[in-house]
Amino acid sequence: MDAIVAEGLEKRYGDVQALAGVSFRVRAGEVFALLGPNGAGKSTTVKVLTTLTRFDGGRGEVAGHDVRREPDAVRRSIGYVPQSSGVDRDATARENLILQGRIQGLGGEQLKARVDELLELLGIAGPADRVVRGYSGGMKRRLDVALGLVHRPQVLFLDEPTTGLDPEARASMWEELGSLAHRESLTILLTTHYLEEADQLADRLAIVSRGRVVVEGTSEDLKQSLEGEVVEVEIANGAVEDAAAIVRALDEVREVTLSGRRLRSRVVDGARAVPTILAALDGRGVAVEAVTMQRPTLDNVYLHYTGREFSAEDEAGAEAGVQE
Amino acid sequence: MRAAVTHTWFMVGRQARNLMREPIWVVLLLVQPMIWLLLYGQLFKRVTNLPGGGFGTTSYITFLTPAIVIMNAFFGATWSGMGMVSDLDRDVIPRFLATPVSRASLVVSQIVRSALTALIQGVVLLVIGLALGVHIHLGAAGWALVLLAAALMNSAFAGISQGLALLTRKEATMIAIANFIGLPLFFLSSTLISLTQMPHWMQVAARFNPVNWGVVAAREVTLPGTDWGSVGLHLGLLAGLTVMTAAFATWTFQVYQRQL
Repeated sequence: MDAIVAEGLEKRYGDVQALAGVSFRVRAGEVFALLGPNGAGKSTTVKVLTTLTRFDGGRGEVAGHDVRREPDAVRRSIGYVPQSSGVDRDATARENLILQGRIQGLGGEQLKARVDELLELLGIAGPADRVVRGYSGGMKRRLDVALGLVHRPQVLFLDEPTTGLDPEARASMWEELGSLAHRESLTILLTTHYLEEADQLADRLAIVSRGRVVVEGTSEDLKQSLEGEVVEVEIANGAVEDAAAIVRALDEVREVTLSGRRLRSRVVDGARAVPTILAALDGRGVAVEAVTMQRPTLDNVYLHYTGREFSAEDEAGAEAGVQE
Repeated sequence: MRAAVTHTWFMVGRQARNLMREPIWVVLLLVQPMIWLLLYGQLFKRVTNLPGGGFGTTSYITFLTPAIVIMNAFFGATWSGMGMVSDLDRDVIPRFLATPVSRASLVVSQIVRSALTALIQGVVLLVIGLALGVHIHLGAAGWALVLLAAALMNSAFAGISQGLALLTRKEATMIAIANFIGLPLFFLSSTLISLTQMPHWMQVAARFNPVNWGVVAAREVTLPGTDWGSVGLHLGLLAGLTVMTAAFATWTFQVYQRQL
């Protein structure tokens, strides 16, 4: 059974077409990631599916309920962890959780026990009776997740769950989310602009770009769909742009991306392409510092399907301040 | 409907609990109205002797106390949207919107919290008045009616303040608006001085000023010779205004939701 169905979701904010027909399906019990740069339409998709925003076209279904026709049934079946924390900072973690539970129709001993359980599970039992204002970013994020889980929802929406966390807090969050999904037999839809987050957490993922899903599958399938390898060459001196142009002109090379002085080329057969690339660069007087060869990453997948570079898109989206 | 009432209760509880955590807020909540009463009571003590009168009593503090209850309720209301601005700012409202919470309770609870605060302050003021020798002519019924007028006064303007909070979502704008409407409406009422003593144009303006409606109603039940027609009319006007501003606040909430 599908826990989430999105069919041709469309949404526009004024002149901006935030969603231009987003479609995907998430099976029950699956962790599914919407991966895309800032401004791609991930958060808007989540807002549509959590009944927060009206949409102009298409159809959404969550836990068997139509998003447009049965919003209250959807709201009872889902937990929502927004991109920016919605906790009441002047209240304690426990008070936040109790209120959330009551709104969802729980109460009494049952609610108290559930709150204790979640505080323990997410490792915030210690500061549970302190006002949230003094919490660290990681602790606050755990409380956000707990708030989404109080009423044992079937589907949990996580909008950028680890943005703003330091690498250590992020790693431990990943671990916890993974075990929570299993323990609470949840379906999770998460959005992220961290390639490694989607890689690590999601059973399947969809790449979202400019209001559309461009490709969907498991991380492995997507990487394997790009046959061959990636050759990374670190340029020692000279103009890297020129070096990129030289490599791009070679028959053996499919896609070339540049980050700093590192030049990445996707090639069909690494063993044969490396000497050709090095010879071409050498012939034009470009010195090479180091060469490595690796399997394609989600970065390459993104470039392949959108024709654009992930990091560049991400920055452009962030700068444009596109409302999501 | 039952969910709306229960959820409003939950939300009022949340706001009250958070406010009670601020000791300075609690102390000022109780001290501030006393200061108004004592300050104005001393400053204008002799105005009841003015030729032309119109005060209905020789005791200025008796004239003033019910009006200060209303003034306090009014000023409180002009600031009540600040709670909503901070909830919007911190994304508390969107989090609630993804739950089956009653939409109305999110706005109504802010108005109820504001009115309850005004009622508590009203009781404090009336008790101090009592200690200063203020005799409320209608006794317990008079107390109840003064407090009812204060609650309506507060709710009417709290509705406007909530609406503005939802439309502007900016603290600076809210402060500017509260200052802009607060003092003029206060001085265009008979809070400090009898209508008879005011210039003609101000007397006319006061008739259309909701703050004055509250002051007149509260004073009528305090002083002897209560004009029940006037009490009923002015309380009715305030109730009507409350319904209208609550509708305005509800509409702005829908505007806000459409922008999400």
